[in-house]
Amino acid sequence: MRRFSWFNATSLTVGFAFLYLPMLILIIYSFNESRLVTVWAGFSTQWYGSLLQNQSFLDAAWVTIQVAIASSTIATVLGTMAAYVLVRGGRFMGRTVFSGMVYAPLVMPEVITGLSLLLLFIGIGLDRGIFTVVLAHTTFSMCFVSVVVSSRLVSFDKSLEEAALDLGCSPFDAFRLVTLPIIAPAVISGWLLAFTLSLDDLVIASFTAGPSATTLPIRIFSAVRMGVSPEINALSTIMIAIVTVGVVTASIVSKRSSLAQQRDEQAAARAT
Amino acid sequence: MAQTVFAPWDDPQAKPLIQFKNVTKRFGDFTAIENLTQDIYEREFFSLLGPSGCGKTTLMRMLAGFENVTEGQILIAGQDMAHVPPNKRAVNMMFQSYALFPHLSVWENIAFGLKREGKPKDEIAARVEEMLRLTRLVKFAKRKPHQISGGQRQRVALARSLAKAPKLLLLDEPLGALDKKLRQDTQFELMDIQEKTGTTFVIVTHDQEEAMTVSSRVAVMDEGRIIQVATPAQIYEAPNSVYVADFIGDVNIINGVATKAEDGYLITWAEGQAPFMAKTPNLFADGQTCHLAIRPEKVAISAERPADAVNAVEGQIIDIAYLGNISTYHVKLVNGQMIKAQAANTRRLSRRTFTWEDRVWLSWTDTAAVMLER
Repeated sequence: MRRFSWFNATSLTVGFAFLYLPMLILIIYSFNESRLVTVWAGFSTQWYGSLLQNQSFLDAAWVTIQVAIASSTIATVLGTMAAYVLVRGGRFMGRTVFSGMVYAPLVMPEVITGLSLLLLFIGIGLDRGIFTVVLAHTTFSMCFVSVVVSSRLVSFDKSLEEAALDLGCSPFDAFRLVTLPIIAPAVISGWLLAFTLSLDDLVIASFTAGPSATTLPIRIFSAVRMGVSPEINALSTIMIAIVTVGVVTASIVSKRSSLAQQRDEQAAARAT
Repeated sequence: MAQTVFAPWDDPQAKPLIQFKNVTKRFGDFTAIENLTQDIYEREFFSLLGPSGCGKTTLMRMLAGFENVTEGQILIAGQDMAHVPPNKRAVNMMFQSYALFPHLSVWENIAFGLKREGKPKDEIAARVEEMLRLTRLVKFAKRKPHQISGGQRQRVALARSLAKAPKLLLLDEPLGALDKKLRQDTQFELMDIQEKTGTTFVIVTHDQEEAMTVSSRVAVMDEGRIIQVATPAQIYEAPNSVYVADFIGDVNIINGVATKAEDGYLITWAEGQAPFMAKTPNLFADGQTCHLAIRPEKVAISAERPADAVNAVEGQIIDIAYLGNISTYHVKLVNGQMIKAQAANTRRLSRRTFTWEDRVWLSWTDTAAVMLER
């Protein structure tokens, strides 16, 4: 057995405190009865109730979800296509330039992306609203999807696609029936990444959203400027809970399937 | 009972299934296949044999439709294949990596090609069952590829490529990933299946033993060309060049100069030594350089000079390779040339007649050696 070490225990505590203390305080104060955020006045769930009555928060949440689903879906389709071409297209004119340009938004400061999109939308006379936010989020999250999917495609055995062609598939069928199901985990995690990025983006959304399309981060940010209310703590706690459940479920599922696969392979090896 | 020998290549009436007509394939500056012309007949088990990089895989990928021909034509059943994509060819391929679809079960893998044809469900099911029985996989139908062993995966790959009953089956190093014992069993299984289904097989391999075992004809390739095409026995007994003789099995090559004698040739190979006698149907000019190729098992080894031997030469044992059933003796001749002679170990090791440093006589008949120009 490993011996208890004060050094390890301390670093563990300090590290986790550093990461989770702010969130813990937020969660605790979301159950505070007092309207004053920093004064504890007993346990209560009233702010969760009043949150459900707050129409402006609910509207913003609905907008955010719509934007996140739409933009992450479009970004996944475009990003997967870009990754496929970059990995499988062989050498074509301007491949290097194209691959560099796909990944450029990864390092581009958000302010610049937001500003340039704003100028574009004004330039072409597009009214700002949900549609423009979706476009903007698609633009910057597409490259994340492309990175995730292309790293999977690089290790994908090309002979699987050739086998599909050989057995009578058209190139599109080969992609639909063989490539896509196999790279699906990467595509799904690309979608989740895009979804999360869209969900918590403040900077680009505030440039490209019009008054008709206030997203949740914009709404929270403007509310906080008036002073932090316990309602926002409650809202944030709900978001933390959703993210936690999502992350934990995903990791349990992937852990289980990898364990099952290992077991199967060992069984197969023994049966040889 | 008179057995008809399967040899459509000797029959001028036979129509070839595959015709390569002056096929050249280049990748940039690199020429993978150079002006190759070859016919392959129906029901053949045709092997493409050669070292890696000789163009054998390229040749196969052109048949499957994954590579285009740079110059020349490939005909399958008389049809030019130039603009036929892989999914429109009555050709199936078994991949070196097996390329089984990991997300589908064994059953679905085998049914994959049949479903693409849009056949009725019960017909597909019947065909898959038939394939499962043929490859003895019935028990594993529901499993995924990662849940079965290497040998079983190989059989799934075979079943999948045979399911559509292709005119032509291509096998790319099909047994490369199996261990030796399993490989030998599978070779016979392959031959059995080929006979049962009557499919034409073209197999790519670098393993000469495998090519010899399974093939009706073997094509030995080097640097984008076919050097010789013949039955395994002909390739072994009558290679047309030093390259082929050396590639297939073990061989001794003695360089010399030919002189016409009464019924054969005398080959002068070293100064002050009696020339060797050899017979050949080919013509050699007097004074032409030639190479004598002799298989080690055709060289006899003895302590005394055999009285009736046509060719006999003295040497010293330098090395002995003991392989259990046989031993290979490395014998050095007076001019420094090394000759390998093989002898069956009919007696126990402790009673072996020859040992290191012994002076021995090597002898062979006048038909044992093959005279080669190049």
